[in-house]
Amino acid sequence: MVHRYKNNGYNIVLDVNSGAVHVVDDVVYDLIPLMENDPGISDDELVRQIGSGYDGSDVKEAAGEVRKLYEDGTLFSADVFEPYIERFTEEKSRAPIIKAMCLHIAHDCNLRCAYCFAGDGEYHGRKALMSYEVGKKALDLLIASSGSRVNLEVDFFGGEPTLNFDVVKKLVEYGRSREKECNKKFRFTLTTNGLLLDDEVLDFANKEMGNLVLSIDGRREVNDRMRPTAGGKGSYDVILPKFRKAAASRDQTNYYVRGTYTHFNTDFAKDVLHLHDEGFEQISVEPVVSDPKEEYAIREEDIPVLLEQYDVLAREIIKRRKEGRFINFFHFMIDLEGGPCVAKRLSGCGAGTEYLAVTPWGDLYPCHQFVGKEEFLLGNVDDGIINTKLSSKFASCNVYTKKECRDCFAKFYCSGGCMANSYNATGDINGNYETGCILQRKRIECAIMIKAALSGEAAD
Amino acid sequence: MKHIKTLNTRDYRKSTKTGGCGECQTSCQSACKTSCTVGNQSCENKNR
Repeated sequence: MVHRYKNNGYNIVLDVNSGAVHVVDDVVYDLIPLMENDPGISDDELVRQIGSGYDGSDVKEAAGEVRKLYEDGTLFSADVFEPYIERFTEEKSRAPIIKAMCLHIAHDCNLRCAYCFAGDGEYHGRKALMSYEVGKKALDLLIASSGSRVNLEVDFFGGEPTLNFDVVKKLVEYGRSREKECNKKFRFTLTTNGLLLDDEVLDFANKEMGNLVLSIDGRREVNDRMRPTAGGKGSYDVILPKFRKAAASRDQTNYYVRGTYTHFNTDFAKDVLHLHDEGFEQISVEPVVSDPKEEYAIREEDIPVLLEQYDVLAREIIKRRKEGRFINFFHFMIDLEGGPCVAKRLSGCGAGTEYLAVTPWGDLYPCHQFVGKEEFLLGNVDDGIINTKLSSKFASCNVYTKKECRDCFAKFYCSGGCMANSYNATGDINGNYETGCILQRKRIECAIMIKAALSGEAAD
Repeated sequence: MKHIKTLNTRDYRKSTKTGGCGECQTSCQSACKTSCTVGNQSCENKNR
């Protein structure tokens, strides 16, 4: 399968099944569809089919280059991975490994974000704080279920985890105390809205948290519309200086300012760039996921605007990077050379198998987005995964079980997308959240174009 | 090549031989939480 597209003056050809990325000139771009089904097609036939816009010798020379890529296995390559992924997912179902947990330290929040999928932090249930005992059992379960995996990830999440920060500190201490004897390495992440991010929290985070996720949506008016305090005031002026300090104290690495854009700010590129202008280099801003009936939900008519915004943002990022002003936009990150193996690419996010969310009272769910949906209850920290049938369903969800993914060029970059989004949109984790897919494909196209632009790899 | 410039990429097929160690980051564990981003992650297998 080949995907070709034009973006920002670059002609880009992706050989989906090998992962190869080619930046090509116009004649090759136009030859690709003529040669995809028959790379051996004669030069004379190609000259005839491509039309009068090109010089014949140029066409023949370009066709020779296309054939060379085909012979090298980096163009028109076949998909050989389906049997491989079947073996891989079968193994995952048979001997599940848990390597990451999202600990819901607090089902409570001091903000009232309008779009919160956790419904004011309570996940449509009751207010609750995780006890140390429950958290400790969760870490024990993680260690015991992680097989030979060394790197274990734990995200302190909520609600707002700083509302229960003593437990966070004690759990980190407990996790660290078991690393050596168990040959494990914990990577802790704290996700916070910043209201309680004081020096004590920051010092602790800088010492212990491999990643710090700081929630802010962008411009003041955008942030404050969706992220008011419980008293109805805006949060921007309180959190911005704290976040600036946090980013600087971490040398602008190992953190993200993380925002959500909605129907109310379809010009979200301005919010990303605003965050950069305010001194943040690591930025993640992504579309709201919500009931389509909500006023702030992304609408079908927003999509062309959003796609254009990604283009605007991509061009501006290239400009700023070339000027020596570093900016990293999470959703344009793509690791072409050192990226994941195909097993990872095909097996998805790991929700329900290697990644679990833990509620304050110790119930296990496939991920944070499924918490509160009782039909997705997997087990608890005392007994581990009880609903193995459900876990197996998650283990076997991959790009070959999702029919829309099979013919999508993005499948090896997004791995089939977010299962919670699929479920919310279609009622099935193997379904397809089309709006999310359209935006994801655009982000991938932009990300690869940026790679081409910054590597100076443009075709003549 | 005159008409084509190829960016350096990891060959997926070769990765079937060395991949699957599972030490890499879990996708949603970083900065998204409402989408799936796998292609941006780095392989942690030093022997790949």
